[in-house]
Amino acid sequence: MASASDCISQTGPGLKERNYFGFSDCSSVDRSTVSSAHLESKNNMNMKATELRLGLPGSQSPERDSDFSLLNSVKLDEKPLFPLAPSKDRICTLSQKTVASGNKRGFDDTVDGFSESKTTNFSEGNWMFNATGSDPGQAKLAGNVISIRPSGTQLAIKSEVPAKTLQESTNKIIGTNTANAPAAKAQVVGWPPIRSFRKNSLVTTSKTNDEVDGKPGPGALFVKVSMDGAPYLRKVDLRMYSAYKELSSALEKMFSCFTIGQCGPQGAPTRKMLSESKLRDLLHGSEYVLTYEDKDGDWMLVGDVPWEMFIASCKKLKIMKGSDAIGLGSSSYQVLLHFKAKKSLMYPCFVWDLAVYQCFYKESFRPDYGSDVPECFVLMSDISFICLLAFSCVFLECLLRLRLYLLFILNLDFLVEAQ
Amino acid sequence: MAYSFPEEVLEHVFSFLSSDRDRNAVSLVCKSWYDIERWCRRRIFVGNCYAVSPEMVIRRFPELRAVEMKGKPHFADFNLVPEGWGAYAYPWIAAMAEAYPFLEEIKLKRMVVTDDTLELISKSCKNFKLLVLTSCEGFTTDGLASIAANCRHLRELDLRESEVEELSGHWLSHFPDSCTSLVSLNISCLGSEVSFSILERLVARSPNLRTLRLNRAVPLERLANLIRRAPQLVELGTGAYSAEIRSDTFSNLADAFSACKQLKALSGFWDVVPSYLPAMYSVCSGITSLNLSYAAIPSTDLVKLISQCQNLQRLWVMDYIEDSGLDVLAASCKDLQELRVFPSDPFGAEPNVSLTEQGLVSVSEGCPKLESVLYFCRQMSNAALIAIAKNRPNFIRFRLCIIDPQAPDYLTLEPLDAGFGAIVEKCKELRRLSMTGLLTDRVFKYIGSHAKKLEMLSIAFAGDSDLGLHHVLSGCDSLRKLEIRDCPFGDKALLANAAKLETMRSLWMSSCSVSFGACKLLAQKMPRLNVEVIDERGPPDSRPESCSVERVYVYRTVASRQRLDMPDFVWTLDEDSSLRYS
Repeated sequence: MASASDCISQTGPGLKERNYFGFSDCSSVDRSTVSSAHLESKNNMNMKATELRLGLPGSQSPERDSDFSLLNSVKLDEKPLFPLAPSKDRICTLSQKTVASGNKRGFDDTVDGFSESKTTNFSEGNWMFNATGSDPGQAKLAGNVISIRPSGTQLAIKSEVPAKTLQESTNKIIGTNTANAPAAKAQVVGWPPIRSFRKNSLVTTSKTNDEVDGKPGPGALFVKVSMDGAPYLRKVDLRMYSAYKELSSALEKMFSCFTIGQCGPQGAPTRKMLSESKLRDLLHGSEYVLTYEDKDGDWMLVGDVPWEMFIASCKKLKIMKGSDAIGLGSSSYQVLLHFKAKKSLMYPCFVWDLAVYQCFYKESFRPDYGSDVPECFVLMSDISFICLLAFSCVFLECLLRLRLYLLFILNLDFLVEAQ
Repeated sequence: MAYSFPEEVLEHVFSFLSSDRDRNAVSLVCKSWYDIERWCRRRIFVGNCYAVSPEMVIRRFPELRAVEMKGKPHFADFNLVPEGWGAYAYPWIAAMAEAYPFLEEIKLKRMVVTDDTLELISKSCKNFKLLVLTSCEGFTTDGLASIAANCRHLRELDLRESEVEELSGHWLSHFPDSCTSLVSLNISCLGSEVSFSILERLVARSPNLRTLRLNRAVPLERLANLIRRAPQLVELGTGAYSAEIRSDTFSNLADAFSACKQLKALSGFWDVVPSYLPAMYSVCSGITSLNLSYAAIPSTDLVKLISQCQNLQRLWVMDYIEDSGLDVLAASCKDLQELRVFPSDPFGAEPNVSLTEQGLVSVSEGCPKLESVLYFCRQMSNAALIAIAKNRPNFIRFRLCIIDPQAPDYLTLEPLDAGFGAIVEKCKELRRLSMTGLLTDRVFKYIGSHAKKLEMLSIAFAGDSDLGLHHVLSGCDSLRKLEIRDCPFGDKALLANAAKLETMRSLWMSSCSVSFGACKLLAQKMPRLNVEVIDERGPPDSRPESCSVERVYVYRTVASRQRLDMPDFVWTLDEDSSLRYS
């Protein structure tokens, strides 16, 4: 998605897309920001959200604003199909696939003046961009996508296609939304319609049967997520994520309504969701820690074990207050809240922070630096602090001694105060 | 008229009426019959726990003994209803425990049951006999322990597919030694081990035990002992059907099975080791119901087992049975009434077994009594559906799920309208239909014009326009439950057929194109419908009214439209036509 979004931001007409992908609001274009940017921009664009349709093929109403059709088509899939943070990878691959197919067909259509061909190609899934499953839709999408690609004919097509799309998008279009790829299939919530009890049995059965194959376990793995202070639970599908970072950002989004509620209005406009950075600060400020219950019934801090092991053993998730999470985890280097520690790692006074915190709060937590920061850094920083202390003591000591030596040995008068 | 039957006589006559519909009809005859009937009604079924309030029920029926209730909509099974939506059993149980001290039976489906609820039941209802919790959640083994401990006359404890938080396996020990009344015990949904010795003792001291469904944690070696203590069993659910292959285990098991002369139903069969299947052959001829839907058994072993069960009426199996197995089924089990084929690898891209539409066609051809089908497959054709309809016009339930949503006829690449059209046209008694595949408005036209007895319809990824929905709502006279997901149906059909919604139990639409404005309008127009907008994106009035809602759940209700337990992602219309949410 990074590449596509970069391309979007580069081209002139892409400015519009850029805005509503929310890149202008975020500092970094990493996965979680992008996904939450969607969320944010969704609410920012109140007017534009008028056009948000959750409908399927052929359900475009005439008053739809064409400019935001791309967003709509992307957004409308996000919620119903990807209610939890969608992995940008998947969106990326599928959009590229559609681009490829769009290029083949839609481009020709648009160049030829956009003939309304009804022949639908079922192998070309347009699953991601639901509302555009039909031909005009495909062409429209292709039109927008083509405007992204640096290969000429952008502006003209972009303005042409949507207009034509509107006129031609009637309700007699046959949907062609076949699932694009296995990736897409697995992501539709509640499809195939199998009860969770059976799905979970399937998972465990196939695990025992297919462990030799090394095939990744299929199916969804729903676990309940509760949060201290939240009135009800949520369920997340652990198989939607491939790393702790994704899970944590999804949970942040899901439970953001609670933390915001807790902070109270405080002048924050109710209609506008807080930005990603504010959200992070809230969570950090309120000191929540993510924990899970494993197969043995023990509560552990999330982030200790490799992701695969975590999925296999996690039964339940809980977002606890930091103060409740004492004693969890096993590392002896249990320090600050994960996010705070992550930031502090960049700062020279990181170790000082830790020391102070431990002194004042008499608590210790295991930092969740994420999987990319090895433990040795923690060790190193501790050791470096001690060394620093030791060194500075020695240095000061040496300085003092040096002065004395110089005084005595070299008889350097200038080191002595004026008489 | 001066004389009429004395009330006792009428009561006696009414006691022969078991169907709720008959009883409802009787209550409408005249006021005195209404009064007599309500005093002698003992069983009640509430299809939607929010359609009526507990106080109303208690006021009308003061002498109930058995209550059956359903909570969440059916699509909650597939995680389409967010957690916390509602369907809490506690308010109902609290009210009923006080009003009905002689309450004996409670059956709940898709409701949230807490430990407090279970404890309340066990402590207030002295004569409590039957508890069935289907797809419920929210309780732990502590609640079960209190039921076991306090209900002295407990006959049935059935936890079908409920989600139980298992704190310990010792809740079974709370059954007092004096408890000998157990008739049915179903713990198949529990994941953790229960103490085997306690289980064996419990089984041994329950001479009336007819149904025993064990959970996966009960190993095969223990099964023989358990069965031996209860040779009067009619329904048995095994645990994990796998063990090291040893001849003494096998012969133990075979002997135990052969002692059960009355066994009619078998289920369980997790982790099957096929070599142990022949231990059951002695009972196969009497088996009428076989649930192998968790059993990963290759087709050959399945076939061997099934061909022994000549009297099979109900078969639930995984798609490992393949077309060849279904051919054998069609040839040997002529009494088959219900078939369910579940997918073994629903999320895989490629089919892992060779199960196609052919299997269903041959079963429909070979089994003259087949009336209920749930079939998961990966390809379907109009020709096959037409053949099925022609072979078997006596379908009552037909649920077809093609793994790939919106898959067309794989032979002609056309929509499956003609196939499903044939089904509804030929099967005049069809009461339940679930459709998948590539479907246009035409199939809804067929349904509207032919499916006059259809009561429940499930649609996913189908249709082109509002016309489809309009056909269904205007044409299906007996429609009670309609659930739709991801279809391009919008406001027009819904508003045009608003009156129809009052004749139905409920309508669920998720990921369709129903706008918030339409929901408000519908709620304003129809005061006896509760239009719940379930939207997790924030208050709907923060978006324009023409913006689609994520999900809308419409149901008729005589209770207040503002249920008190609404979470903050559910919005309904307040009495004074303004938007309200909890």
